Amino acid sequence: MARKHEVLHDVVIKFAGDSGDGMQLTGTQFTNNTALLGIDLSTFPDFPAEIRAPIGTLPGVSGFQLRFSSDRIFTPGDTCDVLVAMNAAALKTNLTALKKGGKIIANTDGFDTKNLRLANYPDGENPLENGSLDNYELIKIDVTKMTREALKDFAMGMKEKDRAKNMFVLGFLYFMYSRDMETTIHFLNDKFGKKPEIAESNIKALKAGYNYGDTTETFTTTYSVEKAKMEPGSYRSIMGNQAITYGLIAASQKSGLPLFLGSYPITPASDILHELAKYKNFGVRTFQAEDEIAAITSAIGAAYGGALGITTTSGPGMALKSEAMGLAVMLEIPLIICNIQRGGPSTGLPTKTEQSDLLQAYYGRNGECPMPVISASTPADCFDAAYEAVRISVQHMTPVILLSDGYIANGAEPWKFPTAEQLPPISVKFKTQLGDQEEKLQPYLRDEKLARPWAVPGTAGLEHRIGGLEKQNVTGNISYEPENHQLMVKIRQEKVDKIAEYIPLQKLDSGLSTGKILVIGWGSTYGAIKSAVAEIQAKGHAVSHAHLRYVRPFPKNLGDIIKNFETILIPEINNGQLVRIIRDVYFVDAKGYNKIMGIPISKTELVMKLEEMLST
Amino acid sequence: MSETITAPALTAKDFVTDQEVRWCPGCGDYSILAQVQKVMATLGIARENIVIISGIGCSSRFPYYMNTYGMHSIHGRATAVASGLKASRPELSVWIVTGDGDGLSIGGNHTIHLLRRNFDVNILLFNNQIYGLTKGQYSPTSEEHKITKSTPMGSIDHPFNPLALALGADATFVARSMDRDPKHLQAMLQRTHHHKGASFLEIYQNCNIFNDGAFEIFTEKGSKPQETLFLEQGKPLLFGAGNNKGIKLDGFKPVIVHLDEGHSADELWIHDEEDIYKAQILTRIFDDPKGEGHLPRPFGVFYQTNRPCYEDVMLQQLEEAKSRKPADLNKLLKGNEVWVIN
Ligand code: SF4
Repeated sequence: MARKHEVLHDVVIKFAGDSGDGMQLTGTQFTNNTALLGIDLSTFPDFPAEIRAPIGTLPGVSGFQLRFSSDRIFTPGDTCDVLVAMNAAALKTNLTALKKGGKIIANTDGFDTKNLRLANYPDGENPLENGSLDNYELIKIDVTKMTREALKDFAMGMKEKDRAKNMFVLGFLYFMYSRDMETTIHFLNDKFGKKPEIAESNIKALKAGYNYGDTTETFTTTYSVEKAKMEPGSYRSIMGNQAITYGLIAASQKSGLPLFLGSYPITPASDILHELAKYKNFGVRTFQAEDEIAAITSAIGAAYGGALGITTTSGPGMALKSEAMGLAVMLEIPLIICNIQRGGPSTGLPTKTEQSDLLQAYYGRNGECPMPVISASTPADCFDAAYEAVRISVQHMTPVILLSDGYIANGAEPWKFPTAEQLPPISVKFKTQLGDQEEKLQPYLRDEKLARPWAVPGTAGLEHRIGGLEKQNVTGNISYEPENHQLMVKIRQEKVDKIAEYIPLQKLDSGLSTGKILVIGWGSTYGAIKSAVAEIQAKGHAVSHAHLRYVRPFPKNLGDIIKNFETILIPEINNGQLVRIIRDVYFVDAKGYNKIMGIPISKTELVMKLEEMLST
Repeated sequence: MSETITAPALTAKDFVTDQEVRWCPGCGDYSILAQVQKVMATLGIARENIVIISGIGCSSRFPYYMNTYGMHSIHGRATAVASGLKASRPELSVWIVTGDGDGLSIGGNHTIHLLRRNFDVNILLFNNQIYGLTKGQYSPTSEEHKITKSTPMGSIDHPFNPLALALGADATFVARSMDRDPKHLQAMLQRTHHHKGASFLEIYQNCNIFNDGAFEIFTEKGSKPQETLFLEQGKPLLFGAGNNKGIKLDGFKPVIVHLDEGHSADELWIHDEEDIYKAQILTRIFDDPKGEGHLPRPFGVFYQTNRPCYEDVMLQQLEEAKSRKPADLNKLLKGNEVWVIN
């Protein structure tokens, strides 16, 4: 049979199945395969809320969305072209996101009576059989049966064999998109090196899926997507939490400060702990503390001793750390607090994304307690954001909050990685002896940045005591003097404000410097805003986009940029947080666009919002 | 505690700071401060290599009065701050000064976790059985029925037995002393310092403002011999005027015997600091001194053992990881799967 071949520009595939079906692995494998071809990509893993929801149920569905394109792309896509549904629940939860006419690759075995009932389909109704999917291209495969068949010569049990189902599907998709399977074969041999039987069976299932596509007449067309036109250079694929890890290690290496991480496991931040724990060869010390408070206070202890103190957490942990953050502000020592935000309040939506800790980062501590806030906007950007957070922290002697969120933490994209030599230096000066005028150390004597000296234990002649009580300026002695307290509050604020003199000016991400609407974003809304604004600009509208890395303090020129636009729109995955701060600081009637559903804002809805604003 | 650096000879005065000591006149903290300053001068450690970390409470003012490095941190967290410091700077001599409220109430969690991890640090827990800084509420070591500002009808909390708690958390060094016995306190501070591993020293401390005389029965001349039992390694458990009484084990039960009533010292319990089972019983000797037929309160080193310290094993892992795979930032950033766009 002669098969057609079609070259596509942009494809979104959603892999969906039960959490035990290995969809995350399938998605990551397809992603790596895509990346190595130089195709641009963006991913969005969608984890089930429950770790062990009953098999086959709606809450147990785990998804992985992958978009790949020969154009530059910035989001994992609003809707999918292809939905892989390993069972009825996976179909039900994801069908709304599938384009009309899109392809459904359904594992028929996952649509038996039991699975249909678990997915709450009415008795006797099977969506694969009742015509309800007529608007889509339905490809039915009994993946379970075919996988078992392919593995019939293997001695392993049925359960073990069924675990290779995802590889069958992956093989099938590799064929469909004209891919080479080598990356995954290599991966499997590597991963199961010590269990060759498992490696072999998975490879066998993978090849069986590929051959199934090739030999059957399941579909008449194969596809491919060409390389994207990206800036020349060397690329790799990276996820947000991984990029934070590398950014911190790189900063530790470049500054010469040994890295100490105090952390308590919490979704979706734990991967930074896991990743950093792997790099003991870089002198990285990871300490899994007994709670969030010990996590941050141990990092404060390490920083007091001259280490690069880091703590990682998410919203609820952030709340527990607030008092200790206040201590770090009073001690004026470097410390990085990474908050990988998730849906709140309280335990909230642990596996879902949200940007709702910005006001907490700004104001959520007792007393007047200003801290710089840095935000990461894409998975790869997490590297730069982490690196910059360290630079500011050690050079300005202040704790810094780094905000990321669940969306970019687990999302992946190509990263044009730097070499060690290309990274800007981070110079750190410990105080090693008394100054000319000093009889004893003046721990709060400041430099032009208003930073105090970092004098670490072990340095003879600089013995001193610091603490959380208000202290006299310069000497650091305890002081309850009214005027001194006012002075110190003002100094601590000014010190943070002054950082604006040491950060780059705000640039527009796209658009002219004057116009009708300026869209201001921060964090993970970057891709959606960028794509929506590009679409609107293409229609000839005067809309520009500015995306903030520095959320506190703001770059010095942000106010001037804002003045040149008639309207300001601030899309956020929260109930309106940056918008309040911008209104407060710049007295502008900024408008919010707020989505608080635990999922990212889509390009499509932003385009609609912008069109609505432009038409009034 | 490893001491490789030979420091110039120091005296207690070298450890005094220019800060005015702000405890209430007559507070037991004064004596403890004096003994710590005396002992530190003899340890052969340079001042710059000593760090004192405290939490919040009267006792936690301590670092301000010690001319070493120091941090007056936040309530209950001194143990956690010290853990991070010791993990990153194992060569420092790290001391934690805490109280019954700071270390056993708000910071109880960190205390037990530090003990089980066995960082080589010294915890001095000043137990005055009251909240002093906040002006007189009952603490987790206050006795039942205690009338305080927050318990007008008497406390209904059952108190902690700090040493049993420490032992339960697998502390590798557990000892008790008191503010009013400078010699014993100095000796215990020495032992605390010399133990390699987490040392837990409970110090009975009189708060003459809010809980005056809480430990009088153990500290005052008239009652001390009858009510206290000073433990010495390898020696029988003797107490009373002229050591006329002793303790022997009747099965697992400690009982008092009178030596002048025909019992000999050979029958007595011989103290063995390394015996965890005996230590369990010893820490449980915690009778109300007003109770009929009560046992005397033990002081001294209850238990000590050696177990690898957290920071040492952590360092070993770093070394091992480095020897397996030298750090190469470029390799890390590059990863395993790279594609090039021309
Ligand atoms: S309140 Fe009690 S413990 Fe505190 S300083 Fe005064 S006497 Fe000492």
